[in-house]
Amino acid sequence: MSAYVAPLKDMRFVLNELAGLAEVAKLPRFEEATPDTVDAILEEASKFASEVLDPINLSGDQEGSKLSGGEVRTPRGFRDAYRKFCDGGWNALPFEHEWGGQGLPRLVSTPVQEMWKSSNLSFSLCPLLTQGAVEALLLRGSDALKQAYLPKMIEGRWTGTMNLTEPQAGSDLSLVRTRAERRASEYLISGQKIFITYGEHDLADNIVHLVLARTPDAPEGVKGISLFVVPKFIPDADGKAGRRNSARCASIEHKLGIHASPTAVMVYDQAVGYLVGEENRGLEYMFIMMNAARFAVGLEGVAIAERAFQRALAFSRERLQGRDLVAGGKTVPIIRHPDVRRMLMLMKSQAEAMRALAYTTAAAMDFAHKSGNPAERRRHQAYVDLMIPVVKGWSTETGIEIASLGVQVHGGMGFVEETGAAQYLRDARITTIYEGTTGIQAMDLVGRKIAREGGETAKEWIAQLKQFEAQLSKSNNENLVALRSQFAAGVQALADCVEFIVASSAKDPRPAFAGAVPFLKLMGIVAGGWQMGRAALAAERTLQSGERSFLEAKIATARFYADHVLVQAPALRNTVVNGAAGVMALSEDQFLAAY
Amino acid sequence: MKILVSVKRVVDFNVKVRVKADGTGVETANVKMSMNPFDEIALEEAVRLKEAGVATEIVVVSCGVQACQETLRTALAIGADRAILVNTDAELQPLAVAKLLKAVSEREKPQLVIMGKQAIDDDANQTGQMLAALLGWPQATFASKIRLEADRAVVTREVDGGLETDAIKLPAVVTTDLRLNEPRYVTLPNIMKAKKKALEVLTPDALGVDVTPRLTTLKVVEPAKRKAGVKVADAKALVDKLRNDAKVI
Ligand SMILES: Cc1cc2nc3c(=O)[nH]c(=O)nc-3n(C[C@H](O)[C@H](O)[C@H](O)COP(=O)(O)OP(=O)(O)OC[C@H]3O[C@@H](n4cnc5c(N)ncnc54)[C@H](O)[C@@H]3O)c2cc1C
Repeated sequence: MSAYVAPLKDMRFVLNELAGLAEVAKLPRFEEATPDTVDAILEEASKFASEVLDPINLSGDQEGSKLSGGEVRTPRGFRDAYRKFCDGGWNALPFEHEWGGQGLPRLVSTPVQEMWKSSNLSFSLCPLLTQGAVEALLLRGSDALKQAYLPKMIEGRWTGTMNLTEPQAGSDLSLVRTRAERRASEYLISGQKIFITYGEHDLADNIVHLVLARTPDAPEGVKGISLFVVPKFIPDADGKAGRRNSARCASIEHKLGIHASPTAVMVYDQAVGYLVGEENRGLEYMFIMMNAARFAVGLEGVAIAERAFQRALAFSRERLQGRDLVAGGKTVPIIRHPDVRRMLMLMKSQAEAMRALAYTTAAAMDFAHKSGNPAERRRHQAYVDLMIPVVKGWSTETGIEIASLGVQVHGGMGFVEETGAAQYLRDARITTIYEGTTGIQAMDLVGRKIAREGGETAKEWIAQLKQFEAQLSKSNNENLVALRSQFAAGVQALADCVEFIVASSAKDPRPAFAGAVPFLKLMGIVAGGWQMGRAALAAERTLQSGERSFLEAKIATARFYADHVLVQAPALRNTVVNGAAGVMALSEDQFLAAY
Repeated sequence: MKILVSVKRVVDFNVKVRVKADGTGVETANVKMSMNPFDEIALEEAVRLKEAGVATEIVVVSCGVQACQETLRTALAIGADRAILVNTDAELQPLAVAKLLKAVSEREKPQLVIMGKQAIDDDANQTGQMLAALLGWPQATFASKIRLEADRAVVTREVDGGLETDAIKLPAVVTTDLRLNEPRYVTLPNIMKAKKKALEVLTPDALGVDVTPRLTTLKVVEPAKRKAGVKVADAKALVDKLRNDAKVI
């Protein structure tokens, strides 16, 4: 067995040495994020994750959420845990002071949210969706809507959902058909939404659905979609959950993973709804919130990777099998075997690289939002926009690989459900699908973030990587020397791809799109190598004053990452630059030629 | 009513404790440290008494190194009103801590001192008793229930034979057992508020206390490893082993 333990030392190291917590704390209104307060927050959050959320993770998976008579019952322990979560004020962590939140930087809420996701991904989705709905209301909700909904949602007494998807409208939301008819001060919403996370449940007094729908005279396509608030219970004159609205859960899905998180089919039948912002601008609002949502799902990849690693590590230290290759003698724990070590190191090094990339991106989001200097804000925003699809796509794809390695380390026991390793693999599987599939992330990266601006931001970033390479070359630590050479090759591969994307897209978008996912992976690997290199340099710098065993492990882990992960970048470059022809070579009929 | 609660910073209960290579003590470098769990129970009880309107102020005190401030901040986040650190890098044995707490009690004049019955690092189970004796106050140890009346505390104690209920005059010292209560989770707003609460730093010198150790630790060793068990064929073989090998029946 393995209980979740938050990797507090690594989290603090990344916050302080790589993400610049001290700098973020200097931004206006973030003064409270002092190192000792942040430590205390992480400490208490880790206790909550380990003692309250982790123990109901496996049981929640086995029991699942159940629907009967239109009502969903969450698994045993979820109601109690959710109440404790809200009583502890955790739901309010990411929000502004004026609405009852704690007004902490994203850089601080990020490690806390990693803990919720690591210890219980299914549970964590409920507050995550509420957060999304709150952000939508903060962004464009009228004062009346804000007053009516925000305080209760921020406390967590009411939860939120995001209703985008319909049977015919998934990746392509221009196809949304749900209708909204204007009435005096409200709208009547009718239609069907599918795959709605926590669309119905028993954790809170009310559920506030944010629903994309079309007014009768709306233009076709993306420019004709509006956003509405549709509460399960319509607030009465006192602001309490009142009359039942005709928003109903028709069924919940049987899924591969996240069994405890109810995924609802929602049917709206002239349900009362209130417009958020202006008509026809719903998708535009979704776009503004997209970075935050995609970042959050990327963090799920980091979190699952960490959890899968912890369980595999615990198992590998206990399972006795085989003998020491050199010493022979008695049966040894499998962690002694080189191949098991390799798997553990792949898990550990990539999880750490992904964490560093996510946290540094969170810091950039804070700067983009709060810096006093407009040019700085723009610079950070451009970097964030470039990096979000990578944090989302790379961390989740790698999260699945790591969860799969976790099963492998366990051997047969990994394939058996009671062990718990299989759950992480099943749970991880959704993360590359919702909030935009990896394919959609990669097209966003290649098309919108690189080709459209002639690779400007990407090239600036590459210049920064080259500077860092020069910095690396000053170290004569043999691990850092080895890392530098793989890193240099990785950066070159990245630069070649950006050239290729910019040049080829000018004529035809298809070749670049054909290699978009391999390119996203390459970019993740190089960005991760950059962070591991920065981590190794920081570790080398603080080796004398800091905790030796942790810092030496960091340097060795960075070296491993260079030899086992960064080396893949040049191969991926060849796929991106030369692989397009093969991708599109067959006619659609030729796929059937073998049958 | 003012309540004084003492808290000790100890190796976290989840950490597998390791003895230092030179046998002089337990390894604490880079080891996760937390509030002694029995002290957490003591503090929780004080906070509940305050929430119930019985106590008016909770002062929390810790004796030891600078880093004990973190433990005190946690105590402030749980609900103490202010904190005192008696700061020293010296080794502190139970008698020295009891003397320091006596000096603090004389300054603060609490009606009640609530302490953990023992710390999970040295398991001494002495400080509360020593403090009561030094102050000349009544004591009730191993409390599993505390009720306060006008000038006395009615304390249910866990004793070998079951439960014993004592009434003691205030001011008094009470030490807590595991079943007194279940400590709460610290809330995020309270973590933020804790920063703004007062934390005073004193020294043993300022309190006029000599903390020089009276005991010498000769050697610290790991407990002997458990030997592998044997499977016995039947009940007869088991009885035989219990009688002749283990000599317990
Ligand atoms: C468990 C779960 C929870 C969910 N929660 C929510 C929720 O709370 N709210 C909500 O609104 N939705 C939710 N969803 C829906 C989710 O966001 C969609 O499933 C997702 O966006 C993909 O859409 P789709 O399923 O229609 O797949 P499709 O769009 O049909 O995609 C199928 C495949 O085609 C690829 N593809 C599609 N279009 C293109 C293109 N233009 N170019 C290249 N490749 C393309 C995709 O990458 C994918 O591989 C959830 C889904 C699940 C399974």
